[in-house]
Amino acid sequence: MAARVITITSGKGGVGKTTLAANLGVALARQGQRVVVVDADVGLRNLDVMLGLENRIVYDLVDVIEKRCRLRQALVRDRRLSELFLLPAAQTRDKSAVRPDDMVSVCENLREQHDFILIDSPAGIEQGFRYAIAPADEIIIVTNPEIAAVRDADRVIGLIEAEEQGPAQLIVNRVKPDMIRRGEMLGIAAVVELLAIDLIGVVPEDEAILIATNQGRPIALSSDSSMTGRAFHNIARRLRGEEVPFLTLREQGVLEWLFRFMRSGGD
Amino acid sequence: MAMRTLERLLSRRRKSSSGEVAKERLRLVLAHDRASISPALLDTLKDEIITVISRHIAIDTESVQVTFSQGTRESRLVADIPLLSQRRRRKR
Repeated sequence: MAARVITITSGKGGVGKTTLAANLGVALARQGQRVVVVDADVGLRNLDVMLGLENRIVYDLVDVIEKRCRLRQALVRDRRLSELFLLPAAQTRDKSAVRPDDMVSVCENLREQHDFILIDSPAGIEQGFRYAIAPADEIIIVTNPEIAAVRDADRVIGLIEAEEQGPAQLIVNRVKPDMIRRGEMLGIAAVVELLAIDLIGVVPEDEAILIATNQGRPIALSSDSSMTGRAFHNIARRLRGEEVPFLTLREQGVLEWLFRFMRSGGD
Repeated sequence: MAMRTLERLLSRRRKSSSGEVAKERLRLVLAHDRASISPALLDTLKDEIITVISRHIAIDTESVQVTFSQGTRESRLVADIPLLSQRRRRKR
């Protein structure tokens, strides 16, 4: 059983890649999968704080590549979920410390013992992006329903196609249902139509995300009561091949939300 | 409630909500980003195509159109080159 390597990338910064990587890692682990999340943002690491694991780092990705430690020693086990591991980025180095081949061989060594390897790519389309997508079997593109993020996502999709990487699937993050309802935000259907790749998830903007980050407890850890937490779990299930409808219709207003965003821009 | 429904109906008719504006702007920006073909380059292409083709067949050089069209993920260059009909040639 070899792991699937999935790189999460976006082009633009600040769209929620790291939050997604943390929460998808947690959601997959809670669903019984053996998961490693890899922070590929060398020099600007943050996946550790999202997961609340910042105090437990001993070695990092660059230590592994430069053979100062064995791969096993650099993996930080999440005590809340026995099958979730973090491979942290180096904080005092820069992206020139990692080559695409390094990432490929690190992932090869992780594949055997795990089911999913999620790579949190740095923003941009330079070296960090290049080495982050090098080992990927699949790619998740994260965007927000706004012009700059969609434009950058399109650039990245073009680069991935040129490299014959992928397949790439889309997550639209930070969706504000209210604004879409009023016609003041790009609809999900419009974004999907413009980017022309398959949609694998829609995540609403939610204050609870910031609160969870403050506490170092990803929202996907708590029982699936919040809509956002459920959105992450649904994406994890879709990744595992389950057919999950895009929203459960129980919550107040959600039915209307679904209708509106499918309709807006879908013409 | 009735007011709000009315408002919504009206605002839907008024087509230019900022969401719609964003979509249209994006459509254009993406077309250019994907193609990296400028209007100036299109002109150059047109001139050179005319030169090459008219070396072999008679074409209506005034009506030649070279345009760029955008599909979902592929774009294409379309050249519309009307041939001069025999009759028109004789007229000359």
